[in-house]
Amino acid sequence: MAGKKDGEIRYLNPPTVEVKRDKYCRFLKYGIKFIDYKDPDYLLAFINEQGKLLPRRLTGTSLKYQRKVAQAVKRARHIALIPYVADQMK
Amino acid sequence: MNQYEAVFILTPVLSEAQMKEAVKDYEKFIKADGGKVVSKEDWGLRKLAYPIQKKSNGFYNLFEFQANPSLIAELELKFKRDERVIRFLTVKMDKFHITYAETRRTRLKNPKPAKA
Repeated sequence: MAGKKDGEIRYLNPPTVEVKRDKYCRFLKYGIKFIDYKDPDYLLAFINEQGKLLPRRLTGTSLKYQRKVAQAVKRARHIALIPYVADQMK
Repeated sequence: MNQYEAVFILTPVLSEAQMKEAVKDYEKFIKADGGKVVSKEDWGLRKLAYPIQKKSNGFYNLFEFQANPSLIAELELKFKRDERVIRFLTVKMDKFHITYAETRRTRLKNPKPAKA
């Protein structure tokens, strides 16, 4: 394979280029000012299958609202609306 | 007089009458000290996300009330001592929370016509 230029990597299938969707903070965009800890369905969007809080890089929320989300989730867990640990909860 | 919101869970072992009596008991306690109960909500028997004191469901109640701060310590003490209550959470309401609670109440009273 003398002809192979160095550093030229050929993939079996073309690498899928992730279309860069810019994330936005839904609380800023829709002007939501308060996150209610009493309705668990809304909070399910911010926790993963095991019931853990999703990081900001995945949900795209701003720091200020991530803290409010974290506090709301912890309160919901305290009054047993959301489990502390769960398996395939969604 | 700040505005507070208290959610508490009563054990499912209680009969309907005992449950109502417990709720009335706390309402009287808040009123006795000059507080004002803005709204009362009874979510009824609900399944808990994890068992509390070996029980897997409980009567949920929500109180929204105005009281002076000194009352809160006594209220929480009362919650802690009362063995009918298995879990409670009192939260101070800021202005966003208050506006949210009002819109939530109007939404609950006359739910929006379901989008056809």
